[in-house]
Amino acid sequence: MSNELNNPFAATDQERQAREKEKFIKLSTQLITWLLVIPVVAIIVFLVYKSWPALSVEFITENPKVRMTAGGIWAPLIGTFFLVLVSLIIAAPIGILAGVYLNEFARDNWLTRFINLAVVNLAGVPSIVHGLFGLGAFVYFLGMDRCLLAASCTVAVMTLPVIITSTKEALASVPMAFRVACWNMGATKWQTIRTIVLPNSISGILTGVILQVARAAGETAPILFTGAMISSRVADSGWDAWVPYGLEDRFMALSYHLYIISTQWQNVPESFKFGTAAVMIGLVIAVNSISIGFRIYLRSRKKW
Amino acid sequence: MSTVAPQLVTSEFTPPEASHVEDYSIRTNDLSLWYGDFQALMDVSVNIKKGIITGLIGPSGCGKTTLLRCFNRINERYGNVTTTGDIEILDKNIYDEDVSVRQLRRSVGMVFQRPNPLPISIYDNVLFGMGIHDAFKSLPKSERNDIVENALREVDLWNTVKDRLKSRATTLTLEQQQKLCIARLLPLKPDIILMDEPCSALDAEGIEKVENLIESLRDEYTVVIVTHNMAQARRATDECIFMLLGEIIEHTKTSEMFLNPQHEKTEMYIQGRYG
Repeated sequence: MSNELNNPFAATDQERQAREKEKFIKLSTQLITWLLVIPVVAIIVFLVYKSWPALSVEFITENPKVRMTAGGIWAPLIGTFFLVLVSLIIAAPIGILAGVYLNEFARDNWLTRFINLAVVNLAGVPSIVHGLFGLGAFVYFLGMDRCLLAASCTVAVMTLPVIITSTKEALASVPMAFRVACWNMGATKWQTIRTIVLPNSISGILTGVILQVARAAGETAPILFTGAMISSRVADSGWDAWVPYGLEDRFMALSYHLYIISTQWQNVPESFKFGTAAVMIGLVIAVNSISIGFRIYLRSRKKW
Repeated sequence: MSTVAPQLVTSEFTPPEASHVEDYSIRTNDLSLWYGDFQALMDVSVNIKKGIITGLIGPSGCGKTTLLRCFNRINERYGNVTTTGDIEILDKNIYDEDVSVRQLRRSVGMVFQRPNPLPISIYDNVLFGMGIHDAFKSLPKSERNDIVENALREVDLWNTVKDRLKSRATTLTLEQQQKLCIARLLPLKPDIILMDEPCSALDAEGIEKVENLIESLRDEYTVVIVTHNMAQARRATDECIFMLLGEIIEHTKTSEMFLNPQHEKTEMYIQGRYG
């Protein structure tokens, strides 16, 4: 065609086919990515719709009443809060210190490789196995009995590997040149870590820790045998309502409460079950949002 | 300035007798170094004079940087390193039991290829070295300010940054960053400043300014500078050491080396026939 004679850059047939294929691949990958959002939105919409009759301030602030068919979820909610708090108090320092050692001090030898392998494998252990380990190690062997402390220790063991790994990654993202600069001025490794490495990796470390809050709050299996209880009498107001459980007490927790009222208890209104689930999801989303916001804030301050 | 006749020091010759001990800042004797099984330095014996600028030249992988890193024992931080032989800095064997590596690094500063200011303010960068050596706990603020001002003036950076001392050092241009990296060594009052290709990340203008700065450090400090740039070695150094495959081939006055190299390999290298 004369058109092609005039145009030295005309597309060939094979190229047109390639372009069609490109369009198809782009559309199909895009579609599948968008489809991923559907389950999340569907779950949240469904939960809110089903739990709407129950959702109120009282549902959160009141204790379960009348064999859990009335009242709210205060006792399990505050129980979950203390479980998360105590487990993080145990896991965060240990995990961060271990991460600092592995990334900053450990030499690359068989022991370090073995420890890293152990950490990776610990992260892959199913949560029910953690629960049984906690039962054997903390409840029986250490004689803690079933209590908040034993359950928190079990959850701490479960969250440790991720805290260690995220700490290591956050530390490793600090450029080596900063460490070299410090060492060459005579700084010890700890001075270098304290003054330069930690301040520049704290956002990553805290993000890892905060994300474990969601996990600690959500898991049922690790607390099943180690301290969670079906029902516990909690004061309706005052100091005892805010601190209802001591370390040696058994406690109620949201995840276990949901399991009980969904499968083991009769005559609980539908909306209560969905309401409990909605509050849990809300907690996880809130915690993750805080962590993301925090990361954006800290990242905006660091530049190199 | 020392006016000792140019010396030819190669690994085949024994180093000259120590009749002018006080003239040397760095002396090594049969220094060998291995990274694992790989020998990076072979029986290096070299005397580096006090108060002048000495260049280390040679093709990539010849051991220039390794030799430089020996002088403040920073090599020990790089994993599997074995060293034999002696290194004397200011007439003290730095491998003696009673040598504190921290004090050694305090008086032997290092400047790197890629400027590496710390991700803190310009002001804090200058004072960082004193901070880790607990040298200013009792210093009043005005004296700290003086220290910062003097160090930045010495590297000709004060007028550029005096209004933004609190801003991050990483926001400076590369040339300014490299000057800052030199400035932060000065409050520690070093005797020796080691520079590992300090200009290779800079543009032509930056190179000129940093070279002028290095020039101004002569006499007060002993400067050892690794460079790949023959023109720079010729311009900016008083003596030159040519290394090849972990050995010292030639060590003379720079003018001698570039006019009248003693070894064929030196001649071929500085003429750019390999590198």
